[in-house]
Amino acid sequence: MNYDIIVVGGGHAGIEASHIAAFKGHKTLLITMNKKNIGDMPCNPSIGGSAKGIIVREIDALGGLMGKIADISHFQIKMLNNSKGPAVRSLRAQADKVTYPKNMLKVLEETSNLVILEAKVEDLIIKNNEVKGVILADGKEIHSKSVILTTGTYLKANILIGSENTESGPHGEDRSNHLSDNLKKYGLEIQRLKTGTPQRIKSSSIDFSKMQEEKGDDELWTFSCDNKATYNPNEQQKCYLIYTNQNTHKIILDNLEKSAMYGGYVTGIGPRYCPSIEDKLVRFKDKERHQLFLEPESLYYDEWYLQGFSTSMPRDVQEQMVHSLSGLENAIITKYAYAIEYDAINPLQIYPSLENKIIKNLYTAGQINGTSGYEEAAAQGLLAGINASLKLEAKEPLILKRNDAYIGVLIDDLVTKGTKEPYRMLTSRAEYRLLLRHDNADLRLREYAKKVGSITGEQYDYYLNKLEQIKKLEEFLKQNKLKITSDVKKRFMKEKFNIPTTSMSYLDLLKRPEITLKFLNEFTKIPYDKEIQEEVEIMTKYEGYIKKTYKEVEKMAKLEEKQIPSNINYQNVKNLASEARQKLEQIRPLTIAQATRISGVNPSDIAILSVYLKKEYGKDERK
Amino acid sequence: MAISTNNIGIGAINIIRMSGKESFNILSEVFSNQKIKNCKSHTIHYGYIVDNNEKIDEVLVSVMFAPKTYTLEDIVEINCHGGYAVTNKILEILLLHGARLAEPGEFTKRAFLNGRINLLEAESVEDLLESQTDNQSILAMNHLTGKTTELITSLREKLVGLLSNIEVNIDYPEYVDELQITKENLTPILTEVKNELEQIIKESKNGELIKKGINVAIIGKPNVGKSSLLNALLEEDKAIVTNISGTTRDSIEGSLIHKGILLNLIDTAGIRDTSDVVEKIGVEKSKEIMKSADITILVLNNNEKITSEEKELLKQLETKNNLVFINKNDLETNLESLKTKLPIILGSTINNEGIEELKNQIINNFGLENLESKKLNYLSNTRQITLAKEALKNINNVIKDNEANIPIDMLTIELKSAWENLGKIIGEYYEDELIDNIFKRFCLGK
Repeated sequence: MNYDIIVVGGGHAGIEASHIAAFKGHKTLLITMNKKNIGDMPCNPSIGGSAKGIIVREIDALGGLMGKIADISHFQIKMLNNSKGPAVRSLRAQADKVTYPKNMLKVLEETSNLVILEAKVEDLIIKNNEVKGVILADGKEIHSKSVILTTGTYLKANILIGSENTESGPHGEDRSNHLSDNLKKYGLEIQRLKTGTPQRIKSSSIDFSKMQEEKGDDELWTFSCDNKATYNPNEQQKCYLIYTNQNTHKIILDNLEKSAMYGGYVTGIGPRYCPSIEDKLVRFKDKERHQLFLEPESLYYDEWYLQGFSTSMPRDVQEQMVHSLSGLENAIITKYAYAIEYDAINPLQIYPSLENKIIKNLYTAGQINGTSGYEEAAAQGLLAGINASLKLEAKEPLILKRNDAYIGVLIDDLVTKGTKEPYRMLTSRAEYRLLLRHDNADLRLREYAKKVGSITGEQYDYYLNKLEQIKKLEEFLKQNKLKITSDVKKRFMKEKFNIPTTSMSYLDLLKRPEITLKFLNEFTKIPYDKEIQEEVEIMTKYEGYIKKTYKEVEKMAKLEEKQIPSNINYQNVKNLASEARQKLEQIRPLTIAQATRISGVNPSDIAILSVYLKKEYGKDERK
Repeated sequence: MAISTNNIGIGAINIIRMSGKESFNILSEVFSNQKIKNCKSHTIHYGYIVDNNEKIDEVLVSVMFAPKTYTLEDIVEINCHGGYAVTNKILEILLLHGARLAEPGEFTKRAFLNGRINLLEAESVEDLLESQTDNQSILAMNHLTGKTTELITSLREKLVGLLSNIEVNIDYPEYVDELQITKENLTPILTEVKNELEQIIKESKNGELIKKGINVAIIGKPNVGKSSLLNALLEEDKAIVTNISGTTRDSIEGSLIHKGILLNLIDTAGIRDTSDVVEKIGVEKSKEIMKSADITILVLNNNEKITSEEKELLKQLETKNNLVFINKNDLETNLESLKTKLPIILGSTINNEGIEELKNQIINNFGLENLESKKLNYLSNTRQITLAKEALKNINNVIKDNEANIPIDMLTIELKSAWENLGKIIGEYYEDELIDNIFKRFCLGK
């Protein structure tokens, strides 16, 4: 059997990788250990969140599935950070853990060129440092031109609950025993990471009357720029907020050494941003209470997710801990919280295209690269799928820049800085976050998508139409003035706005912080879509800030243009500091800009490298 | 762009060099002689460096266009008059117009980068680069008193605390139990930072004075006793003292230490009283001197009526914390009472009266009395002060925008700049510092 591309793993990364490869016309095989786990959400029942919601928008703009499926599989959605400004707004949906995988599997099964196989991969076929296919647990070989590994937390996974240590994938699933050892054999560095998940509680055992409700927005939202919302905002499910108390804290602190973490049973490095509850207590002794959230997992079964209560305590202690919480006195725990350890590779060994530096045509995406989160995984899966396809088409890979997308920031951080803990995207990681907004994901990325062939012609036309509408509205606001009549004056006075002394263009009025397009529409009375208006309003109101950010981008862009030939031998570059030489050899940056972001490479090293490139490769520092 | 100077000292001609494609534009913005706009390469031009129409210094400017220059870039060299105050003022003006200070060895580095020096020669350049990188860090730390580092560090702590708090509010919006930074509580925190920063900048100026000394200019009409005053202050016959008008033609400098502070005395040519034209030059010249000095003493004659030009000078002097010394109190008082806010010292250079009082008053004018009992918090070089001023500008902008209801995601841009600028002062800034801080200070998540 021969395939163009084999994708190993049916999680959020594997889904996007296999779907886009097949969409682009390549004969693709998706291998998963359990078909019913395709698109599974083993941890929180939500898609999106701060920064992550923007990643979902970007995935959608590039032709990925996550946004579209989330749109038809959630029972609550809200816009976060609305009051904190346009740059940090982000959607979060409570996705149904039954519906989401079901809808996803349906789409994959309907995708032509895509075959799904239930099997376990334990080795790769490697010839001359080039991957030629996979070897299954039963020894069967399947050949392909490239392989994408999206193995999640399944590589030599161990589940830890107190002193119990079980060889197992999430929720008692089978794990891969040999793949990571084999990767190590081929020269990949393997690191051990850790993450965790909190308890699930039986719905009928919860007393919701003691808890604070958390509702969805009344306004309609979608992740996908191609979809219109189809849900009824009044039918959204509620989540609940509760707090830990002194009794909870006492139980945890009294039993601290029984936890896997503090008992010394864990070797993997856990993320700082997802601390277990015992971590929170130890590190922040003075805090009187910690927030916890109860979120429904699905409309089709009665389990609730207890966000914020992740722990590696033994079961009996977990019982006491949960019962100490207000409203959960009689709670029945359906699944205990656990920590999970797994193998991951060192992302410094992969290129920004996500192709491996040591094994040709091998791509990796998701938790195997050291990240955490469904959205981060899906984003890498999509790019790995696109780039594996482009390589088969003999085209240049799609490498998004830090000012193009959060996905660009994510991959650049991984391959330039590496990671010692599971990497989660945060808005603060994006230095140009003002440009990487929820509202403009399609405007930023649809041209790229068109170029690499990851969207349909119809999707592209829809985008072109949006661009045109934006221009039209801007032009109208620029050309037309608001006449200051007595009615207009009254209206301004009612809002306590300063009344313009002479008639002003609508665009100039919109530049004032207090004046919205919605307010101006009372006078202009022109009908435009919400998204069009939002776009024009943001670009007008924050023009100064946006320009400033573009200036910063330009500075870096000059360095991004300076490419470093892939065959450069750093031993020949005289006078480099030895630490810089070692880092450059390991990371092999593609551009001078990427080289500047490597810690240990100083400005003088960059200068020496630039001169070397100029001398050796001519004036134009390109390949 | 880069600016290089030789060691700034009093008395010498200083050369400020700018390299880079914006050099010429920056020069055109601050140079009085607008003919320069059409000038040829490798030519020298006469004119003034001006700041908002105010003449700062009379200079000669050399213009050299790329590529026949040391760095292979456009180069502008400004030959200005010696004196720490003038040169620094010009540096400051250039910085405000978009230039930045050169790193040590940057001209050589640029020559190297632009391929003027080949790779073989680079062997030695590399040594240079390395040693300069070391120097840089040594320089950065040496010029800071421990106290200042502490102060800047505590300001940065405040800002990074604020920034991480804002970032946590953004990245973990559901955690409402954490302190929420809002329009209302942001301004008071920033105002605190602003006040402290202003204090540091103010004290830094004093710090500069302590380090470089106070430049004291003595002006007055001919024969009023300027040179005698200089001598009295120096307690030695360094200046030529004579009762013939116009003898003391050249600036003569001498320095003395008073209560631990270095006073650099600049004597000036007398204002000749023969013709109106020359008188005007005298007044003009006095004005120039006033600008370049930290403090100017106007010497008046107790025995004579005040002249119109003296009245004008007196008015000019009121803009700064200058002094008036009324000489010859041993002679009959013909001078009318002065309408000025400036401190007036009455004395006699012949009898050595009022001299000690004058010295005290100079120091008091800068708030430098009882030095040993004061906390000295200061930044000691132009680079550091410029960075501190930049940070202050950032903070002021954030306060202003916050009051104008600009959302917090926009505000963080300049808030981060302020924090980065302060970091550069003490040489502490790394890219992931903020992220590390967020995790250090907050503990949220599943």
